[in-house]
Parts: sequence; C-alpha cells; structure tokens
Amino acid sequence: MNWQLIIFWILAVIALLCAIGVVTSRNPINSVLFLIMTFFAIAGHYLLLNAQFLAVVHIIVYAGAIMVLFLFVIMLMNMNAETEPQKSQLVRFAGVISGGILLIVVLAALKKADPALMSGKSSDIGLISNLGQVLFHEFIVPFELSSVLFLSAMVGAVLIGKKN
Amino acid sequence: MQALTDRAVPVDRRPLNFWEKMYLPGIFRGMAITLKHIFRKKATINYPEEKRAFSPVFRGLQILNRDEEGRERCTACGLCAVACPAEAITMEAAERKPGEEHLYREEKYAAKYEINMLRCIFCGFCEEACPKDAIYLTETFAPSSFEREHFIYGKEDLLIPLPGEETKNPQA
Amino acid sequence: MILQIGTYLLVEKFILISIVLAISLLVAMYSTYAERKVAAVIQDRRGPNRAGPFGILQPLADGAKLFFKEEIIPSHSTRFLFILGPSLAMLTACMTGAVIPWGDSLHLGGHVVPLQVADVNIGILFIFGVVSLGVYGIMIGAWASNNKFSLLGGIRAASQIISYELAMGLSLIALLMLTGSLSLNDIVRQQHGFWKNGYFTWNFFRQPIGFLIFLVCAFAECNRTPFDLAECENELVNGYHTEYSSMKLGFYLFAEYVNMFISSAVMATLFFGGFNFPFMDHLGLSANWITILGVVALFVKTGFFIFLFMWVRWTIPRFRYDQLMKLGWKMLIPLALLNMVVTGGAALFFNH
Repeated sequence: MNWQLIIFWILAVIALLCAIGVVTSRNPINSVLFLIMTFFAIAGHYLLLNAQFLAVVHIIVYAGAIMVLFLFVIMLMNMNAETEPQKSQLVRFAGVISGGILLIVVLAALKKADPALMSGKSSDIGLISNLGQVLFHEFIVPFELSSVLFLSAMVGAVLIGKKN
Repeated sequence: MQALTDRAVPVDRRPLNFWEKMYLPGIFRGMAITLKHIFRKKATINYPEEKRAFSPVFRGLQILNRDEEGRERCTACGLCAVACPAEAITMEAAERKPGEEHLYREEKYAAKYEINMLRCIFCGFCEEACPKDAIYLTETFAPSSFEREHFIYGKEDLLIPLPGEETKNPQA
Repeated sequence: MILQIGTYLLVEKFILISIVLAISLLVAMYSTYAERKVAAVIQDRRGPNRAGPFGILQPLADGAKLFFKEEIIPSHSTRFLFILGPSLAMLTACMTGAVIPWGDSLHLGGHVVPLQVADVNIGILFIFGVVSLGVYGIMIGAWASNNKFSLLGGIRAASQIISYELAMGLSLIALLMLTGSLSLNDIVRQQHGFWKNGYFTWNFFRQPIGFLIFLVCAFAECNRTPFDLAECENELVNGYHTEYSSMKLGFYLFAEYVNMFISSAVMATLFFGGFNFPFMDHLGLSANWITILGVVALFVKTGFFIFLFMWVRWTIPRFRYDQLMKLGWKMLIPLALLNMVVTGGAALFFNH
C-alpha cells in the first residue's frame, strides 16, 4: 500500500460521499456545496494522474466560476428546504430511469476501456506543454470547431439578452 | 439670488467625454492631490502632551474670589442668579456672626452657593453682573464624570483656596 | 511525483511554508497599521501613535480587542456555514503564497534551497484558481448570516469577482504569449536584471496595458476601494460581514489584507521583475548575498504596491454598481482582447 493508493482511496470516498450528498440533501445550498466538494475530490484525482493543468482548469472553471453562478442563482431565488416543491411520482420515476440509463452507459464504456490506461501509471500527457502540442497539432480541427461552437452559443446568448 | 461667496461654481451636468470616461486622468489628478497632502503639516495636536492655547476671551469654569485678606467677597446678593440665562446658580444667604470678620468681608455672605455645570452655558453674565467682583470665569473646563451629582459644584469646589490650604476638591 | 520526496526536502519545505505563512500574516498585520497611518497622513492627521513608539503595537492591540469581544452567532443563521465562511476566506488568502518565488536559491553548505514553496509549471493558473475560490468564503458567510444586507453583499461580491476575473485572465494571456511559460519561476528568470539588449527586461515595459488591466482587476478581486461594493457601508450596513463579530469579523478583514499582500507580490513578480533588481550582476557580491538582496527588492516592490492600494483607497470614492459592471464588461474586457490581439501580432511580426 503506497501513498498514492491511500490518497486515491481517501479522495474516492470523499467524492462518492459528496456526490451522494448532492442528490440526497434537501437544501439546494447544501447540494451545491457538496457538488463543489466533489469537484475538489475529482481535481485531486487529476493531480494523482499528473494532470496538473486539467486539475487547475477544472477548479477554475467548475468550482471557481460555474458553481459560483449556481450559488448566486440559488441565493438570489432564496430557495430553501421549506420552499422546495414536492415532486410528483412521475418526475421521480423519470429521474430514476434516466439515471439508470446513464449508469449503464458509463459501465459499458468502462468495460470497453483499454485496461492499460487504467493501470494508474502516471504519464506526462496532462502537463500543459504536452497538452498544448496535442491540442494544436493532432486535434486542431475539432478544437477550432468547438471554439466556433462556443462563439455561436455566445452570440446566441447575447441576442436573447438583447431582445428584452 | 446673490451668491454668498465668490467661489461658487455651477455644476457641470454635461455627459462625460471619452477622455473623462477613461477615469484614469481624473484618478491620477486625485492621487496627486492626496500625495501632496501626505507632506502637509498635520493639523492634529497630541492632546495630553501639548495643549492648544486658549484664546484671551475664553470663558471656563467659575471661581469665587477672595479679597486681599483672604475673606470671601460674595455677599449673596443674588444678582448673578438673576443674570444667569440658564438658571444654573442657586444660593442661600446668611448673616455674619461676630468673630467671623476674618472670613467674610461684608455683613452678609453666601452660606450655600451652587452652580449646576450641566446647565451653565459659560456666557459670563454672572461675572458681569457681580457688583463685588466675587465671581470670575477661569481658563479651565469642567472635568468629565459618570455621575450627574458631580456636576453640581458647591462652595467648596468654587471658592479659591487660601494660600497654603489644600484644595478639598481633587478635580479642581 | 509529489509523493517521492525525501525527509530532508519535507523538512525544508515545511520550514519554508511556515516562514512564508508567518511573513504573510505579519505583513497583513502591519498593513492594517499602515492603512490607518496612510489614511491619516493623507487626511492631514497623525494616525495611531499611542500603543508603543509611533503606535507600532497598534495591530496587537486591535487583534487582542477582536479576540476578547463577544462572539455572536445569529440564532437564525446556518451555524456550520457561518463559521466556515471566514475560515475559507482566510484559507484561500493564505494558500496563494505557495507558488510565488520569494527569492533565488540559497546555497547552504552544499544544499541548494530554492526560496519558493512549490515550483509548479502552472503557477499562474494555481493563483488564478485559488483567487476564484476566495469568493466562496464571502458568499457562504453572507448566505449563512440570514440577513438581507449580507446576502446582497455576497451577491455583489460574487458577480464582481466573476466579471473581473475574465478581464484579469485575458490580460494575463497577453503576458503569457511573451513569456511562453506558466511557471512563475520561469517568468521571473526571464526578467533577469533590468536592461538587456537595448531594452528593459521587466514585463511591465512590454505589457503596460496588460499591467494596468491586471492592476484594476486586482483591486476588484481584493474587494478594495473603489470596488468595495460588497461591504459598502452606506448602502448595505456592512455588506457580507454585517452579522459577524469578534475574531470571525477579524478573519474577514485580515483575509482582505493577506489578499492585498499576495496580489501585490504577484504583480511585482509578473510585471516588475520579482526578485530581480537593476545592476544585480555588476555588484560583485556572492550568490547568497544577491539572493538576499533580491528578497529585499521583492519586498520593496510589494510594499510599494500595498502603498498604492492604500493610496488609491483614500483618494477615490466608490464606483456605483452599474459603473462597476460597465467598466468590467464594456471597457476592460474589450481592452484586454485588443491588447491580446496586438501582442500576438507583434510577437509574430518580431519573430519573423
């Protein structure tokens, strides 16, 4: 049992417990806080895989920006455990089914995955210079395409905002 | 309407131009002004160590005066109490007994003389009204206290002590 | 990677971390004193001068006062989050110091001790990530207070920090195009000395507009005047720390000063050469002495920026909220984008 494995287990337990907390807690604020904790645990996993860039970007984008906006909206709308509407049986049923389907997809993907990639051996692909090389040489077309997609989404958002 | 001073400037309500919208020139001007103030002479006086000199017309705490032989000048005529706009002064008169000539100058004296320093506005009318030059305003002010009673100054607080006699009031 | 480290390195890093933490806290402590002094001299006053000679013990007196005050937790607050808020603010404020290179390496009896806690190759991004987390302390504390003014303060802080983070990131991208590295250590070493090949080496002279944008955004990220709308006392009582008392309030105030110190150090590192100083190669001193002088140089620069923070605070009134948003989104971000494009073009042009 080396250090890496111990840290992995600790992070995994935190990530799973917090993820369960996101779903089960009645108060939306607590849900968001649990989600932030989950993101941190996942960033820790990235660090273990020697993907420092990914870990930090994960924290900046998800924990630092998106979750702040989530919190912002929930605080602004003053959602509490008391004001949470009772969901109908149908919605619950739909939720369980869609969640179950997602689980099947993830399991199938894991089953098909290359076991060599899951050996836990650290590689240098996550370092920023290597990542940049790969992104701007091998995957330049998908990268630029996704940037165009983001741009169009942004233009759309601005247009919707301009309407009122 | 006539301007009170010649320094009044009408407010400019035009929208900001491009240069002003940059904020920076205005900010730099402001910072230059504050920088100049760093090297200005400070207005503060370190109070307990240095004290600002009172102006020559300062009117502070009252005292009751004595004449050159150490006798009280006050005859309890009540003119100061009448003159007092704040009605801070009360007194009770008494007749001088034989053998008390070294204490009181005239046949009548103030057995009780009180000034309520919470009412007193230090206008100095008592000093002006006194025909016997018995009450004067000094250049000190009343020390602070937590008790209202401490601000009613009796004769023992107001009378200036005889030379060589210790003052009874520790605050004076 | 991080896990294969020897005991010696562990001890060395532990000492270094303790020193960095102690210095950050000490500087923050005396920043509160400096703030009051600067405010005083700008307003033609004297400032605190009673506690010790020149009032030098004033921060201790302030701290003791805060510790001994009654600690009030509002009955309708969320107790755990109410305590978590200031702790998070303090934690994130202290974390950033880890990646700043405080000096060159010291040579101690055969050992080379770099005066930087962690030379990660994504140093700037680390600072960026931690800074973006700083808002959680404010938001959680504000929400947990269960007070409308606190909540409004927290919401203002969140929207302000998110808006200005964008401009800050864009201004840094222009800088990164020139340095080609995200490691703070590399960036500082590229700015070695002061004058080389007929031009200044410090990044400020290559990126003046980038620096300006970064400076403005640093003011906004630290919640300092003119951007301290989150604690605007004439509109929001005291903003997010309305309900706080005792040392929890002290932590919020203190975190602001630690943030100020760290962002000053970051500005000095990124744009003003960090521990480099003019004529460092011509003094003929040993390497250790140059290192020590370099640390002093970094602290002088940092001190100047802290003074600048205070100078601006006591000069400029607060922005209105719509002005703040307009400045962030409609002026700083386009300016940063323009700066980025121009920098990219110039870099391409001069490389060919």
